[in-house]
Amino acid sequence: MDSSKPQRSLIWIKFKRNRAALFGSFLILIYLAVALLAPVLFPGNPSAPNLMKSLERPSLKHPLGTDELGRSILGRILYGSRISLLIAIGVVCVGLLVGVPLGLISGYYGGKIDFVIQRVTDTLLAFPGFLLALALVAVLGVGLKNTIVSVGISMVPIYIRLVRGCTLGVREQTYVEAARAMGTRNGIILIRHILPNVLTPITIQTSLGMGTAILFAAGLGFLGIGVQPPTPEWGAMLGSGRAYLFNAPHVATFPGIAIFLAVLGFNLSGDGLRDILDPRFK
Amino acid sequence: MFQYVLKRLLSTLPVLIGISLLLFFMLRMLPGDPAQVLAGQMASQEDIQSIRQQLGFDKPIFVQFGLFLSRLIRFDLGRSARTQNPVLEEIGSRLPNTVLLAVAAITLACLFGIPAGIISAVRRYTWIDYLFTSMALFGISMPVFWLGLMLVVVFSVLLKWLPAGGTGSFKHIILPSFTLAAFVVAFITRMTRASMMEALSQDYITTARSKGLKEQMVIIKHALKNALIPIITVVGLQFGLLLGGAVLTETVFAWPGMGRLIVDSILARDYPVIQGAILIFGLLYILVNLVVDLIYAYIDPRIRYDGRK
Repeated sequence: MDSSKPQRSLIWIKFKRNRAALFGSFLILIYLAVALLAPVLFPGNPSAPNLMKSLERPSLKHPLGTDELGRSILGRILYGSRISLLIAIGVVCVGLLVGVPLGLISGYYGGKIDFVIQRVTDTLLAFPGFLLALALVAVLGVGLKNTIVSVGISMVPIYIRLVRGCTLGVREQTYVEAARAMGTRNGIILIRHILPNVLTPITIQTSLGMGTAILFAAGLGFLGIGVQPPTPEWGAMLGSGRAYLFNAPHVATFPGIAIFLAVLGFNLSGDGLRDILDPRFK
Repeated sequence: MFQYVLKRLLSTLPVLIGISLLLFFMLRMLPGDPAQVLAGQMASQEDIQSIRQQLGFDKPIFVQFGLFLSRLIRFDLGRSARTQNPVLEEIGSRLPNTVLLAVAAITLACLFGIPAGIISAVRRYTWIDYLFTSMALFGISMPVFWLGLMLVVVFSVLLKWLPAGGTGSFKHIILPSFTLAAFVVAFITRMTRASMMEALSQDYITTARSKGLKEQMVIIKHALKNALIPIITVVGLQFGLLLGGAVLTETVFAWPGMGRLIVDSILARDYPVIQGAILIFGLLYILVNLVVDLIYAYIDPRIRYDGRK
C-alpha cells in the first residue's frame, strides 16, 4: 500500500507535464464552474420569452445575442451546461453500472454465461452507437430521462468489451489464483482483486465517454428527439437555430462552440490519461 | 481462404439472430397493442384487425417470432404506417443516396487522413505533426451537425458558392460529404499515425534503410504495407460511424437518405419503417465488417491461418 503514494505523485507529475491533458482539465473545470454557478452568472429565467427582442445580434446587453423567442443565448448556454453535465454523468453511470459488472462476470466466469453476454454485446455492437441510441429513443420516447437511458445503453457494450478483455488478463494473475486457493468467494475476488486492476481503462473510457455522451445527446436534441424545449439543451438550441441560418447565424453558432469546448475538454483529458496510465503508450 | 470465409460467415449468424430478436421485442416493448402501433394512429379498426391476423398477434409468442423470422428472410418488412407504401420501397428509394454520401465521405477521409497520418508519423513531434494531430482531435470533438451548419453559413450564405441543401448535381454533394468526412478523418489520421510509428520502429525498417533504399521506398513499400491492417480495420469501423453521422448530416443538408427517413419515421411513430431501417443499417454494418475481415485475411495470410486453427 505504501508504494501507491509515490506512484500517484508520479502520475500527477506526468499529468502536469502533459500540456494537452492540462488544457483539457482546465476546460472541464470551467465547464463545471459554469454549470455550478449558472444562476449566479445569469440571474434571470433562461426560458422566459421576450418576443420584442427576437433574433437580436450580439450586444453589450446580450453578449451572444438572442434567439427566435428573444431569450438570451448566453443565459441558455450557461444553463444548458447543467443539462449536458447531467446527461453526461447519467449516461456514464448507466454504462458503468450495467457494463462493468457484466464485463467482470463475462471475463471471470467464461463458459456459457460469457457466451450469452458476448452474443448480446455483439448484437448491440452491430449498430453504430448513435443509431442504437436513436432506435432506443424510438421505443422509449423523447425527453431528458429517456435520452440518458438511451445513450447510456448505447455505451454499455463498449464497457462490457473493455472490462471483459482486461478481466481475462487479470484472472490469470498469481494473486487471483492465490485468493482462489485460499477459498475466497468469487464475488470478493471480483470486487477486491480484479476490479481495482481494471480501473485504469475504465477511467480512461469514462473520460472519453463523457465527451461522446454530450455529443450523442446534443445530436438527439438537434434532431428534435432528445431533450425537449423550452429546456435549454445545447443540441436542441442548435436545431432551432438552423431555421435562422440565413438571417441570424449567431443563434446556431454559439451553442455549437459550447458543445465543442466541453467535448474537447473530456477528449483531451481522456487522451492524456491514456498516455500516462496505459503502459502501451509509455 | 474458403474455410476462413465460411467460418466468418457463420460467425455472423448469432448476431443476425440477435438483431431479429431485438427488432421483434422492440415492438412489444412499446405501450399498447402492437397491431395498432404498426397500423399507425389513423388506422381503422378493420385495418388493425387485418394486421393482427396477418402477423399472427393472436398466436403464442414463439409462433409470432417464427412468423416474424420467415417474413424477415423474405424481406417482407410490411407497409409504412404513414404512406402505406411497402417499407422496402421506401428504403430502396433512400438507401442509394446514403451509400453515395458515405462512399464519397470515406473516400475524402482516406485521401486526407492516410497521408496526414503518414506525414505525422514520419515527421513526429514537429509542427506539422502537431498540426495534424490537433486537427484530428478537433474533428473528433466537433459536433458534425454544427460543422455542417457552419459550412452552410460560409459557403452558401456568405460566399454563395454552393447550395445549402438538396440533391441533383455534383455541387450538392460537396458540403455534406466534407461534413461527414470531417467526422471520420480524425480517426483515420490517428490510427495511420500510430500504426506507421509502430511499423517504422521495427527492425526490418532499419535493415531496409541500411541497404540504402530511398526513404520514400522505405515508408511506402515497407512501413505502410505493414501498417495497413489496423488502418483498414479503422476505415471499416468508421463506416458504422458514418451511418450514425449520416443521420445528422442528412438532416442538416435535407439530403433524402436513410438517416432522414429514420428520423422522420421516429417523429411520426412509423414503426414498420423504423424496424426496416434499423435492420438494413445493422445488415450493412455487418456486411462492411465482413468485407473488411476478408480484405485483411487476403492481405495477411497469418489471419487465414489463425482462422483455420
